[in-house]
Amino acid sequence: MLLLHMSQTLDAISLNELVEIAAISNDAIAPKLSEMGLTKGQKIKAIFKAPFGDPIAYEINGNVISMRKEEAMQVEVQMA
Amino acid sequence: MKIALFGNPNTGKSSVFNMLTGLRQQVGNFPGVTVDKKQGSIQTPNGKHELIDFPGTYSFFARSLDEQVVKEVLNDSAHPDYPDAIIYVADAANLERNLLFFSQLYDLGFPIVLVLNMWDRAQQKGLQINLELLQQSFPDAQIVTTNARVSIGKTRITTALDALEKKERAPFLAFDRQQLQSDQAQTLNTNQRLEKIRALGLVQQRNTPAPNKSTRLDQILTHRIYGYLIFSLILLTIFQFIFSFASIPMDFIDGQFVRLSDWCSQVLPEGVLTRLIAQGLIPGIGGVLVFVPQIAILFFFIALLEESGYLSRVVFIMDRLMRPFGLNGKSVVPLLSSVACAIPGIMSARTITDWKERLITIFVAPFMSCSARIPVYTLLISVVIPKTYIGGIISLQGLVLFGLYLLGILFALGTALVLQFLVKNRTSGYHVMELPDYKNPRMSNVGYTVLEKVKVFITDAGKIIVAISILLWALATYGPSSRTAALKDLHQSQAFKNANETQKQELDNSLLLSQSYIGHFGKWMEPAIAPLGYDWKIGVALLSSFAAREVFVGSLATIYAVGEDSDGQKRLVHKLKEEKNERGKPTYSLATGASLLVFYVFAMQCMATLAVVKRETQTWKWPLLQLLFMGVVAYLSAFVVFQILV
Repeated sequence: MLLLHMSQTLDAISLNELVEIAAISNDAIAPKLSEMGLTKGQKIKAIFKAPFGDPIAYEINGNVISMRKEEAMQVEVQMA
Repeated sequence: MKIALFGNPNTGKSSVFNMLTGLRQQVGNFPGVTVDKKQGSIQTPNGKHELIDFPGTYSFFARSLDEQVVKEVLNDSAHPDYPDAIIYVADAANLERNLLFFSQLYDLGFPIVLVLNMWDRAQQKGLQINLELLQQSFPDAQIVTTNARVSIGKTRITTALDALEKKERAPFLAFDRQQLQSDQAQTLNTNQRLEKIRALGLVQQRNTPAPNKSTRLDQILTHRIYGYLIFSLILLTIFQFIFSFASIPMDFIDGQFVRLSDWCSQVLPEGVLTRLIAQGLIPGIGGVLVFVPQIAILFFFIALLEESGYLSRVVFIMDRLMRPFGLNGKSVVPLLSSVACAIPGIMSARTITDWKERLITIFVAPFMSCSARIPVYTLLISVVIPKTYIGGIISLQGLVLFGLYLLGILFALGTALVLQFLVKNRTSGYHVMELPDYKNPRMSNVGYTVLEKVKVFITDAGKIIVAISILLWALATYGPSSRTAALKDLHQSQAFKNANETQKQELDNSLLLSQSYIGHFGKWMEPAIAPLGYDWKIGVALLSSFAAREVFVGSLATIYAVGEDSDGQKRLVHKLKEEKNERGKPTYSLATGASLLVFYVFAMQCMATLAVVKRETQTWKWPLLQLLFMGVVAYLSAFVVFQILV
């Protein structure tokens, strides 16, 4: 409850937890992320991580994409 | 008609290209950039057309080098590659996201064929696609389904091409290129487009999909222990092939060219032209073809790994390790392949989409100790490093050899580290990447890749290599007229008269090389290399081994008048150990030997690498900078090593 006002970012979610994309905070990578299917309202989950926890593989719309942590950090998500 | 082939990465676009063109294809570059352009001709019922394969991209908005090429061509109707029509390949199992770029091209007004490829996989995944609705949403597009991996759908595509008409059309969604410049505007348009596509409800999931097999495989292949273990095993296998097995066809090619050269000198009339052909041109061409086995083997494996989907997992698990050096996971294969040979290694850097990372990888790759350095290392080590064992177990000679490899690797990484601050970025690097499902590799695609790489090397780099090797041959064969007198003196000497036929030949060759232009140049530059501990004889070997490092051994053998066979190698080691300088000290002291070893770790000394870098960067700037940088590093470190040890 305490964390309710804080939005979570994609790099911090735990494995296999289904979340919904709320916003992409970085304008520069937003076009590229959206064309890979990461748009507002889409469901996404982390499915596995590389050794050292970075990059992380996500499943979105049946696709698997890999993102560096610093990129995933730009994606705000909320519980689905 | 000029037809362009577009599509997202991993949609089987190259399978479609290969299916449509077969062997009627060639590779070049898009003008001014280092992006591969594959071209071929296709036959439709109504005529013959030119097909250009563009790099796989996700949208019209450009960030990477590949995407910029796509955008530039499409924005400029006067561009030589501007298409009259488009074939767009979409992954049917992943339709909605694939329709994004398609809808942009549709709205740009091109006559367009939409190919729903991998139709079988969509079915397997239980996806039902409403084709009627798709056609209604894009009324002017010709829509066909294919399965290019098993060559199904060729006539469907060619028939659809003939049915295309150029006419005004209502856009799917307003798409004004001029207004879509800013990041925000592009994001907004992309989001609206995807929303509209999703709202169509084109795809229905018939039954709950089976759990993704690829993900289960990924639990092992990207595992922090098994993942690296499996990758190491794969690398070891590739190495085994390029290092050991490649030498069989390489020796064969070598042997055939020696025979051809001998045959020419016997059959053709004695003269300058015959010598040029038999000793300059034929060995030059042989020197190009000898690289073909290694290139073919490496690209066979790379294509296999790429086709199967595994290569993107290599990038995934290596990314974090390479990042501190300004590189990404894709640099691993080029750099490690360079331990066998920098030529295929540098050529494989094309898989790196980010220009800066590709350039850095190419720049540092020749620092990795390649197999051509081994003969130089082993000769010098056996001359100057004592055959002792540390603690009775570890061979000192082996330890030095290991140290030389390590030195090359560390220097390559260190240079990459520095270069990431010096090289300007042409494109903004982002590392979002698709991990496609694992598939069985399609062997014909693998074959096309191997063929293409070999062809590119022979035609583009081959010319430069042949030209330089003829030049080096001429400089080592011809000399000023004073040579004749020197030869006469030699023939009158007592030592020559006492020698047998083979020895006479060896003495002749030694004199001719030392009196040649390269020989004179070596003597002339002796003051410059004396601080490194080298005399003019070493200078001559250095100069002639610019053709390829291993030539160093052969040149020394010629200068010291010993044969080049296996017995000659022993005699050469013996001779070098005996060799004294004018102060009566051994020429090949520990200081000189160590200085030479370090010199060969760093110096470029390989014209084939230069030619390939020129081909891959499309300018002489980078190979020349590389030559200069490696030369300076080699000179300075050899100087320091010699001055410390002497």
